[in-house]
Amino acid sequence: MAHRMDAPLPDRQQYEMRDLRLFRIVKRCIVPTPKILPCGDSAVTIEFGDTIDPDINGMVLALDDIVRARAPAGLIETVPTYRSLTIQYDPVATDYDALVKLLNEETKDLAPRNAVGRRWRVPVVYGGEYGIDLEEVAALHGLTPHQVIEIHSSAVYRIYMIGFLPGFTYLGGLDKRIATSRRLHPRAKIPAGTIMIGGEQAGIAPMDMPSGWHNLGLTPVRPYAPGRNPVFLFAAGDEIVFEPVDASRWEALEKAAQAGEPVAEEVRR
Amino acid sequence: MTDLVVKSCGPMTSLQDRGRLGYQGFGVSPSGAMDRRALAMANALVGNAPEAAAIEFMNLGGAFICEGGDLHLALVGAGCSLSIDGTPVAPQTSVLLREGQALEVGHPRTGTFAYLAVAGGFAVEPELGSLSFHLRSRLGGLKGVPLEAGDRLPCRPEAQDREAMQLAVDLTEESGPFRVMMGPQDDYFTPETIRTFLESEFTISPQADRMGFQLTGPRLEHAKGFNIVSDGIVDGHIQVPGSGQPIVLMRDRQTAGGYPKIATMISADLARFAQMRPGMSVRFKAVKRDEAVAAARRLKERIASLPSSLTPVRFNLTTEHLLSRNLIGGTIDALAPATADPSD
Repeated sequence: MAHRMDAPLPDRQQYEMRDLRLFRIVKRCIVPTPKILPCGDSAVTIEFGDTIDPDINGMVLALDDIVRARAPAGLIETVPTYRSLTIQYDPVATDYDALVKLLNEETKDLAPRNAVGRRWRVPVVYGGEYGIDLEEVAALHGLTPHQVIEIHSSAVYRIYMIGFLPGFTYLGGLDKRIATSRRLHPRAKIPAGTIMIGGEQAGIAPMDMPSGWHNLGLTPVRPYAPGRNPVFLFAAGDEIVFEPVDASRWEALEKAAQAGEPVAEEVRR
Repeated sequence: MTDLVVKSCGPMTSLQDRGRLGYQGFGVSPSGAMDRRALAMANALVGNAPEAAAIEFMNLGGAFICEGGDLHLALVGAGCSLSIDGTPVAPQTSVLLREGQALEVGHPRTGTFAYLAVAGGFAVEPELGSLSFHLRSRLGGLKGVPLEAGDRLPCRPEAQDREAMQLAVDLTEESGPFRVMMGPQDDYFTPETIRTFLESEFTISPQADRMGFQLTGPRLEHAKGFNIVSDGIVDGHIQVPGSGQPIVLMRDRQTAGGYPKIATMISADLARFAQMRPGMSVRFKAVKRDEAVAAARRLKERIASLPSSLTPVRFNLTTEHLLSRNLIGGTIDALAPATADPSD
């Protein structure tokens, strides 16, 4: 059941309504048995699949919750990604066979994480000096810039993983109509807060960074701010919706963000 | 407060400790000391915990001056020399740097990384639980950038009243092929490629830094493509991008990546590998988990027992005498054929 990027993301509440046993039977048919891949003597990766798929990612996050709650002896940290969970541990303090046994038990009847992540509204000023690639992206797809903004800001994005840089969100859920191959010439530096798309992925730059993606706009939201509590706003499994704002609203929010406000608002579904 | 003031240093001189653990799920690389054996030795000499933050030198040494009090310190790693007001300090010893004296750290000679530890550690506020500097995250160190001339490293005056010590063991005396465990994506390579990987010599390329060491050698062909959906990365992962030339991922690596990893270097051999210089040749040897864990346990025990190998420096011993005792012997010659298994 490869997830099509143009299909609406499944509402995780659906899972709550499903009969769990039926779900597990279906799951066994669609999701192969997770693979346990040793990564040297200090880590192990549990791989649920090799595609970008919300169910597979949900399993990763569900197992992450379990491993962190059970905290096996010697656990150092867990790293959830699109499709796998990497567990890093102290090789001297950890009984590897016991860890594998625990992982086999816990993955046997695992369902994607039921608890609904938070949904965040992220204000964006699109185009112009804020999003220098908006017009080019629109032209590439035979759309007007306004249509690109509408398409980009009407989707619900899922944070599949955080990586590459502190707080960099890999977002799934980009509408195929505006999916755009990466730039031929990556930029050495784009500003923090850049709202960007690359291929079928979307992202928010947490700091000035190099990028080969297309810049559609700018948000005052800082996904990562050392010294602020919380340092990281978003977590894997959260959802993001973008809200177009004008430049004057952006200025006001930017001031608030500089003062340490999160600016991103948690919203109800 | 007593300050160690930087007069000059190389561009990648930084504070490094155990590393920044617990934030990889938020995209923060662990960073940390590249050679934790040398870090532990320098720390042991000044009475610190093995993974306390020290100044890490990469390729180049540096010059410092001591202000506001005396400092008890020690330098270990890569055969760097240390001198105070031009007088050499014996290797593997700690020394008191008096207020106003100039400290000079020579360039690494036998490796790449050396560590300067100060008694009591540096009185610098950790960021996300660590002092380790990480370039891409702009975290750690004094202000999220490498150390530079004019920086003042605050130290704890109350920790400096110690006897000068010497260390009788050298954890960096090891040689032989670098041990790996196969996987996690060895199934992306044919058996012939895996044989090539394990039986060939690879050369450390000039593209070797805290993020990873690019190797050159026979091309490692992929059996089913070289793009995977990004998954987690750990220290020592050996990834093979489209070029077929492997990269050993080191402490400043990203948290996730999209190339298949043919093998993973065992944790006990990572510090020795970090000291390999561009142009040196290396070989890999596949081992089972039991051997990797035994090596990790042995290293952990040797680090824990360092304080018991300390003896006070006797004033009648000259630098020459100490040198004649070959306390820093065992420079690693990776070009020599590997015969001994370091775990033997």
